[in-house]
Amino acid sequence: MNVLVVLIPVSLILGGLGLAAFIWSVKSDQYEDPEGNASRILLDNDKGPDAS
Amino acid sequence: MMACAACASVSPDMSAVSDGAAAQFSLPTIHCAGCIGTIERALAGVNGVREARVNLSLKRLSVTGPIQPSDVLRTIKGLGYEIFLLDAAVLDKATDRKGRDLLLRLAVAGFAMMNVMLLSVAVWSGASGATRDLFHLISAGIAVPVVAYSAQPFFQSAFAALKGRRLNMDVPISLAILLATGMSVFESLQGGRHAYFDAALSLTFFLLIGRYLDHRTRSAARSAAKELTALEVHQCKRIRGERVETVPTSAVAIGDILLIESGMRVPVDGTLMSENALMDRAFLTGESEAVDVVQGAALQAGEINLGAPVELRATAVGEDTTLRRVAAFVETAENSRNSYTALADRAAQIYAPAVHLLAFVAFAAWWLGSGDVRLALNIAIAVLIITCPCALGLAVPAVTTAAISRLFSKGFLVKHATAIERLADVDHIVFDKTGTLSSPAVDIPETLSPRARSICLSLAQHSNHALSAALAERLAGVPPVALDSIEEHAGQGISARLDGQVVRLGRGAWIGADFRGFGLRIGESAPIELPFHEVLKPGAQEALSDLDLPSEIVTGDHAASARRFADLAGLPVLADARPEDKSRRLDALAKEGRKVLMVGDGLNDTMALARAHASLAPASALDVSRSVSDVVLLKESLQDLPLLIRVARQTQRLSKQNFAIAALYNLIAIPIALAGFATPLAAALAMSASSITVLLNSGRIGYVK
Repeated sequence: MNVLVVLIPVSLILGGLGLAAFIWSVKSDQYEDPEGNASRILLDNDKGPDAS
Repeated sequence: MMACAACASVSPDMSAVSDGAAAQFSLPTIHCAGCIGTIERALAGVNGVREARVNLSLKRLSVTGPIQPSDVLRTIKGLGYEIFLLDAAVLDKATDRKGRDLLLRLAVAGFAMMNVMLLSVAVWSGASGATRDLFHLISAGIAVPVVAYSAQPFFQSAFAALKGRRLNMDVPISLAILLATGMSVFESLQGGRHAYFDAALSLTFFLLIGRYLDHRTRSAARSAAKELTALEVHQCKRIRGERVETVPTSAVAIGDILLIESGMRVPVDGTLMSENALMDRAFLTGESEAVDVVQGAALQAGEINLGAPVELRATAVGEDTTLRRVAAFVETAENSRNSYTALADRAAQIYAPAVHLLAFVAFAAWWLGSGDVRLALNIAIAVLIITCPCALGLAVPAVTTAAISRLFSKGFLVKHATAIERLADVDHIVFDKTGTLSSPAVDIPETLSPRARSICLSLAQHSNHALSAALAERLAGVPPVALDSIEEHAGQGISARLDGQVVRLGRGAWIGADFRGFGLRIGESAPIELPFHEVLKPGAQEALSDLDLPSEIVTGDHAASARRFADLAGLPVLADARPEDKSRRLDALAKEGRKVLMVGDGLNDTMALARAHASLAPASALDVSRSVSDVVLLKESLQDLPLLIRVARQTQRLSKQNFAIAALYNLIAIPIALAGFATPLAAALAMSASSITVLLNSGRIGYVK
């Protein structure tokens, strides 16, 4: 039973990290252009306008 | 011709965008990584561009730096993309707050649901005594604050509905969430066997998905409407003594003298000060031929100046212009849209009372039967949770969102929330002719020499007239020649000098010929007539042959040209129709029980567009026409019109299937809950399975061909 005292907080903290990462991604405008971001990986312009 | 009108409405030398602010453009035809690369690379070479960024999801381009918008327009058009300048003042850059808020609530609910589910697995698999109570209490610690935060949108909406003495879907939802949480806290403290924390949280989570999708649909419609308003740049040129200043149209006062450049729209009603002018009134009256007007004639807002720049004295401004009066009339006029109840609302009207009644009956029956209040309450809550319209809340928004994004990728902006449902009912189509189905085409005589062809092309390229545009298109590929002292003669034609000779392209009488039409004259040689006629716009033929619905043309154009065109299109026609005739025709069709889709772009179509069961306008249409339309076509070609109807029908079919799936799950789960056999595990399974089935079924909209 004692293992629960460790495991439950650990699982909550790990889940919380995931949640925090998601909140950060929402706040930093990463969902503004999902289609464009998916396509941009196909462009190979090293000095392109979006390389800055 | 229509796309030209829209581009032309953008003043070619609008003042340079100030530093810092980004100029926004609409790029309706971009679709892949190649487009992004081509456009961004091309703009990097344009003078003054600091950063150019394409947003593929919104099909928009934002450019920062001290640029001339006309440079950008020219560059992108040169690459073969359609592009429109957007009025940055209308598009507010503020990100979608409400959508973000919902997304955060959704994330928090999802996080809590996963953790509580994990804890519940232990309870379901047989934890008992102190362990079970500990797990229930930890679950309570997670669930209570999360429900208080994440389920707020439902509580607010339910509260608003109750205050207005109505019942909506959110009332049973809120009740189920609150009761499930409250009861579970009580049971946990008492060391009870069943706690519904996972059910309360998954209910919140799945319903928030539905709510978020619904919000996305609505905000897409709203931002589409904004984008369309931004298509028209509301600026004009005012003459003050010797100076010409650019002012917002709203600042024009009666008596002001305005300069209307060639290709520009007349911004306010007024009288013509210049000697004569050639105006395109197709938007206002449906006439396909340009109209000559002389000094002192009244011009209406919305006409396009096809000739040389003219001056105009404003006689009516702001809300008093004919254009605005029609717009105001249309806004107040009764239309079928306001009385249309969406499928989801109709379902809620039946469902919400039924759910309450069922839960109450279960409570009363078990209380009377067993005398145990706590057991009766537990069963009533189980019924509420199981019947709770989780899948129902997702049934419509999930399909509609998928359908709208599919249509957007095909160039259709769906503006109205219930538009897709109404489009699915359509069984008759009425088309406007000029600009919607037709465009002018010029016949080049076989005998025309290569040199004359080159001259023709070079002259045509310098004019905004629709016929010139058609001519230039017809002669594309012919090498142009260099011309000197090119002059556009309002209402007549265009002249230039070539090797000491005067070359002219224009009306028969003006070039000294005896035909009435349109011709070319090189020096003093015999004039050459260039006959023109109307043809179906590209894509229109395919669209018409692909449609399985009865269609007809209703036009303001003269009977002769209308009949000729109708034969070409193979449709019945009603010619010489004034705006009232158009809307009367629609009323007549509606009386016959027909659900009409109106496709039109002009001011004369506006009343008809508002009256129709559903309406479609091209992006080049006037502001007013677009704002009363349900769907705006961003591309020039009508080719995908049948697809629009097919997607709408499939959307309707899938929504109904989703309702059926949800009902099926309820049919199985309700008897179990009423009999008192529902455990938290059963509730969790029924809810997740039905929601996920509904979401997967909605994805099928992507396969409509």
